[in-house]
Amino acid sequence: MELDFGPAVRDFRDELRDWLARHLVGEFAEHRGVGGPTDGEAWDVRLAWDRELAAGNWLGVGWPREYGGRGLGLLEEIVFAYEYARANAPYRATVNALDLLGPMLLAMGSEAQKKRFLPPILAVEALWGQGFSEPGAGSDLASVRTRAERDGDQWVVSGQKVWTSFGVHADWLYVLTRTDPDSQRHKGLTLLLLPTDQPGVEIRPIRNLAGQDEFAEVFLSDARTDADLVVGEVGQGWRTAMATLGIERGTTLLPQQLTFEREAEALIGLARQRGALDDPMLRRRIVDAWISVRIMRTTNLRTIAELTAGRTPGAQATTAKLYASTRHQRLGRLAMELAGPAGQIVGRDYGLDTRQRSFLLSLAETVYGGSSEIQRNIIGEQLLGLPKDPRP
Amino acid sequence: MDLTFSEEQDELRKVVRSFLAKHSDEAEVRRLAADPLGHDPAVWHRMAGELGLQGLAVPEEYGGSGFGYVDLGIVFEEAGRALLCGPYFATVALAAEALLRCDDEEARRDLLPGLASGETVATLALTEEDGRWDEAGIRLTAHGTTDGWRLTGVKTYVPDGHLADLLLVAARTPAGVSLFAVDAGAPGLTRTPLPTLDQTRKQARVRCADTPARLLGAEGAAWPALARTLATASVLLAAEQVGGAAATLDAAVAYAKIREQYGRPIGSFQGIKHKCADMLMEIESARSAAYGALWALDGGDETETALMAALAQTYCSEAFSRVAADNIQVHGGIGFTWEHPAHLYLKRAQSSEVLLGSPAYHRELLAARLGI
Ligand SMILES: Cc1cc2nc3c(=O)[nH]c(=O)nc-3n(C[C@H](O)[C@H](O)[C@H](O)COP(=O)(O)OP(=O)(O)OC[C@H]3O[C@@H](n4cnc5c(N)ncnc54)[C@H](O)[C@@H]3O)c2cc1C
Repeated sequence: MELDFGPAVRDFRDELRDWLARHLVGEFAEHRGVGGPTDGEAWDVRLAWDRELAAGNWLGVGWPREYGGRGLGLLEEIVFAYEYARANAPYRATVNALDLLGPMLLAMGSEAQKKRFLPPILAVEALWGQGFSEPGAGSDLASVRTRAERDGDQWVVSGQKVWTSFGVHADWLYVLTRTDPDSQRHKGLTLLLLPTDQPGVEIRPIRNLAGQDEFAEVFLSDARTDADLVVGEVGQGWRTAMATLGIERGTTLLPQQLTFEREAEALIGLARQRGALDDPMLRRRIVDAWISVRIMRTTNLRTIAELTAGRTPGAQATTAKLYASTRHQRLGRLAMELAGPAGQIVGRDYGLDTRQRSFLLSLAETVYGGSSEIQRNIIGEQLLGLPKDPRP
Repeated sequence: MDLTFSEEQDELRKVVRSFLAKHSDEAEVRRLAADPLGHDPAVWHRMAGELGLQGLAVPEEYGGSGFGYVDLGIVFEEAGRALLCGPYFATVALAAEALLRCDDEEARRDLLPGLASGETVATLALTEEDGRWDEAGIRLTAHGTTDGWRLTGVKTYVPDGHLADLLLVAARTPAGVSLFAVDAGAPGLTRTPLPTLDQTRKQARVRCADTPARLLGAEGAAWPALARTLATASVLLAAEQVGGAAATLDAAVAYAKIREQYGRPIGSFQGIKHKCADMLMEIESARSAAYGALWALDGGDETETALMAALAQTYCSEAFSRVAADNIQVHGGIGFTWEHPAHLYLKRAQSSEVLLGSPAYHRELLAARLGI
């Protein structure tokens, strides 16, 4: 199934395909398929690749020209994501800023913020981290305790953030803070943009279960940022943060789906090679793995079709994350089972192959961006209208 | 690339839903389930006359309105939601499809207009004692005489075979599998209704004893057309399953909002809330499977259709059965009673799962097509 949105978009697609074919060579080509939303592998190569993309003016194709984008539409954005994943190009190091912060600023940032922050994102001059979670505020994000107080024309921020993806690379953080000390839960929160290059910010890598220093904890002690670096309004940070999370749950799925399809094909190939297809139980699970990736694809296409037709996406846009994350874990387990004892041997310095890495990292997919349990709460309460979970 | 519905399609859904809400409500479903005929001819004729549902996807040259499979799928989804009783699936998804796909223009011109107008109730008699949907399962024999073909043997599990005016019968001749048209009044034809677990879809045993029949298409050449009929019918059945599944979720959610235990609605407990959320996820995934297959049918790509049809049958069958059972669980004791409609859906799910060959069979078809 190919995406086809007519001649104008086809030209764009062909130009992109051609560019990718000419630039995805050498070291970049060697790192095809490397990285992921929570995978810090080959960071430097990927960063260089992002700069290559920036030079080709391929970042932010849907962003307005005045901020360095191409000023194209949603269709081109989708085609870009799709073709990019199809080419299996390295996972972009700047995805956090491009896919999460950028759209948030475009929607809610002030004109000055857009002018100041968007062009450096597209030029890969500034890397960003998302500072929402805290040790005591994970699923229950509304209980954040990191405090920010006004001091003249600055904010003074103290507290601790955790699980900040690619945090050690971040030049800036967008952090959810409590600006009203007497406030409860989602009231009195404010979203601030904070530079990391200052004495009050300490970032320590945390090693994840795949052995990578992908995420980090962030200690803020009287860190400072300018008064006008509030996104949205003071006290309205919850709304701003929720908008980002909505984007987060949607954007990772399209490229992921193509990766999952590749993994399913590899799985079938491996099973054939191992003679596992004669085992009816394994055959059943292999066909089911194929079915689940095909369903992810069709679900995505339904959502894209609705978006491009100007319709509000249906319930499938929300259930897709729960489906994709749980089914991908199943696929990973099956692949490891098929690989057998050979799948248990890693490279030097705990070097993982694609299968091992994907299997291990899939365990995060049911946690980040809202865990499966939280997704089920959202589906139950927001889509089905069931009564809310009791909250103290 | 048009994986969304148009305004006209939304409108079609609305019209069909409100028609069925009136003519296929729970009381009517129960009445027809208990009735040996299982069908209300008056409603059947209104479906044809007022809404044109029987001929919706039949090409105009054969008396239909020439809409696509996506449109027809919408009707089947709504029919599944309302547990519509009667020969709609047998006539439209099986018989009309078999006629459209067999290579016999004359037969199409003779027979399809009657199906499209609602005049003729029809079905496909393919399965025999072992219930197989593959080519080897067809053993009923046909032999040529000086005044035409004669059939001898038994078909069984024939959907609505007890009331069909026209039966399309798959039979074996020395040249292979062939398709025949048999009139309900043909000599030597006996039909025995079978008491069914799912009372909302009736089945019959059909015996042919030297019964005269009309050969459709070339002798021995029917299997590919029948395989394609099976694929198309599977997709329409998948749409029906999605509708049935969606109705069970609606029931579960409505109950979870009002039923209280421990001083609060059971839907506020995650044990129930999360079950309902998983039901919705299953249904949306089943929708992707069924809609994707309908779009493939309209797209006309045979390979893609065959893949998506087998996928849809497998996935939607299992999804409907799972959510129909979950619905009973959410309802607790009351869900286990004859009075509550939950079991009607459970049984429809169960019978649909094996109506066109089991999910395991379709999984194998899919595996074969994927070269697994
Ligand atoms: C790889 C990775 C990258 C991440 N990147 C970032 C990032 O860049 N920036 C950032 O801010 N955060 C990030 N996160 C944090 C992520 O958003 C949180 O981990 C997530 O929200 C869960 O919070 P927690 O880890 O505190 O778990 P908890 O909230 O403590 O959850 C533990 C378990 O309890 C369950 N649970 C919690 N509450 C409920 C409830 N109400 N009902 C039922 N079950 C419940 C959860 O589902 C889970 O199974 C990342 C996480 C991972 C794993």
